[in-house]
Parts: sequence; structure tokens; C-alpha cells
Amino acid sequence: MRYVSLAGLLFAFWLALSGHYTPMLVTAGVVCAVACVFAAIRMRVADPEGHPIELFRGAITYFPWLFWEIAKSGWSVTRVILHPSLPISPTMTVVRASQKTAAGMATYANSITLTPGTMTVGVSGDEFTIHALVRDGAIDLEGGGMDRRVSQFEGAA
Amino acid sequence: MMFAAAAAAILVALALAITRAIKGPTVFDRVLAGNSVGTLAIMLLAVVGFLTERPEFLDIGLTYGLLNLIGTLSVLKFFRHGDLAYDVDSEPKS
Amino acid sequence: MRLAVEIASWGFMLLGSFFTLVGAFGLVRMPEVFTRMHAASVTDTLGVGFLIFGMCLQAGFGLVSLKLLFLLALFFFTAPVVTHALAQACLHEGIKPQLAEDRRGMTGARPTDPDDGRQPS
Repeated sequence: MRYVSLAGLLFAFWLALSGHYTPMLVTAGVVCAVACVFAAIRMRVADPEGHPIELFRGAITYFPWLFWEIAKSGWSVTRVILHPSLPISPTMTVVRASQKTAAGMATYANSITLTPGTMTVGVSGDEFTIHALVRDGAIDLEGGGMDRRVSQFEGAA
Repeated sequence: MMFAAAAAAILVALALAITRAIKGPTVFDRVLAGNSVGTLAIMLLAVVGFLTERPEFLDIGLTYGLLNLIGTLSVLKFFRHGDLAYDVDSEPKS
Repeated sequence: MRLAVEIASWGFMLLGSFFTLVGAFGLVRMPEVFTRMHAASVTDTLGVGFLIFGMCLQAGFGLVSLKLLFLLALFFFTAPVVTHALAQACLHEGIKPQLAEDRRGMTGARPTDPDDGRQPS
């Protein structure tokens, strides 16, 4: 199931990038997609971590939410950058990730890094070391709103 | 017209990023600036593709995006280990 | 309808240009490497995102828009990886961030050395 969906996605990616639909090229696309799946199986990356099909359904609502979070925090970082006195208060903190799978934790860590103003600088066990541009960003993360949202996204499967 | 405006903004941003790459002071500032230059170059490629109405530029942009990631990571790895094919076992404990 | 799309894509392109400039300006203005990374991430997310949405509106529904969205997805998946690798490399090299407040020991969680990506031995 996972392998079939991976091959299908890779073939769709081929079709989207190619833009030419002659029989020769489409056949080449099928061959390449299947060869890539075999390579992925051999490299042991076609597992729930490398191709998390369980997360696709949750992703439909998660990514719009993440875009909105990025827009909000991006605007606050913009205000800090353009403020004449540059009111930064860099803060480091530790937050706990409540996700169960590696893909969920990676999503949480990458979401933190992707949101301007906060970034994950270290992971040890289920604890993330966070560097935040302003103190409020660190306090928001300690509140755990994003953690709960990512856990919900992970559990939506 | 709007693509020309966006291209101008990206060029100014490129100049600022290059300023940071020249000023340094640490090698990581330069790597960060280099990565930003890569990002901005991709956006410039896309915008110029629209400006000249040749969307094939996007394919080059995608390829350059992949190269940018690998380039930045390999530079970081090189500065951290002094070698791109380092051996985990032989590394001294810090 | 045509006019509305035109105005919306103008708006998106201008917003994208603005955030790109702000990020690059922050890259020059911030005092040390960790804070500069935050500025660069404004360019990587908001600047790129708005520019690509603006171009998608101009391109209409088709392969070109799909490629633009691939480009956006590529940025959204690679930018955090690069930032994280850069931050870890800085810490590994012994560059300490200048902090206004260090809350690492105050949250009830154990303060531990961040994993620097090496295999446990």
C-alpha cells in the first residue's frame, strides 16, 4: 500500500514536471517511478517516517493553520526588525514534545523552525532546545499550543 | 510591470545579503548569507521567467533549490568535521 | 474578475517584495548569527510564499502554477533543515548566543546538552 502510493506520487510528480505526454516519455516515467520505489526500499526510507501516508489527511487542515501562524509571527518579527531601537530579547528555553512518532516530532520541530522568531537548535529525547528572538515567542511555545495542534495532526490519521 | 518591481526588490535584497556575506564576521554568517543568496536567486529566476514569459525558468529554479540545500549542508558538514567523508568512530569526544 | 485577479496578484507581489526586503534588511541589521537566522527565515517563508502566490495568480490554473507550488513546498521543507543544521553547527563550534534570558533550567524540564547529531557511542 505504502509502496503503491509512493510510486503513484512519484509518477504524478514526473507527469507534472515533464509536460510532454508521448507514449515513450510516459513509459519512461512509470519505469523511473518503480525504480525509485525499489531504490527507496533498498535504502529503507520507504517506511512510515520517509513516506508518512497516515499524515496526509491531517495535512489538509494542518498546513493552512501553519501558514496562518507563520503569517502572524512573521509580522511580529517584521515589526521588530523595522523598529528603530531593535527591541530583541533573545531567549533560550526547553519545550517538551508530546508526539509519539518520529514523523510527528520532526513536524513539530520543523514547524517551530519555520515560524519566524523561533527555532529548534537541539533535540534530545523528547525535549527541544528553542532559541527565540523575543521573550514572548519562547513563552508562547512553553504554553504548548503548537504542540497540541501537531499532536492533533498526528492523531488525525 | 509588477514583475519588474518584484525583481528590483529581490535585487536590492540580494545586495543586502551579499553585504552580510562580505562582512562576516564568522563563517556561519557567510553560510547563512550564502543560503539567502541562493533563495533569492531562485525567486529572481522565477520572476525573470515571468518577466520574459518563459516559465521554463521554473525548472531551473527547482534544480537550483535542491542544489542550494545540498551545497549549504555540505559546506556546514565540511566546516564541522573538516572532511565530507568523516568517520564517526574516529572522532574525538568534545 | 480579471481586474480583481490583477489587483490581488499586485498585492501579493508587493507584500512578497516587502517581506523579502525586510528579511534581507534584518540579515544586515541583527547583532549576531542566531538572531540573523530569524531574520533570514522571514525571507524564506513570508517573502517567498507571497511572491509565489502572486505568480500563481498571474499564471492561472495549470502546470506552471503546480511547479510554483512545488517550489514553495521545496522551500518549506528545506528551509528549517538548513536553519537547524546551521544553528547546531554554530553551537558545536562554541559560538554562544547572546541571551537576554535563559529559561532552559526554569521550565521543569531537565536542561540537557543538545544532541549535536552524532551517533551515540
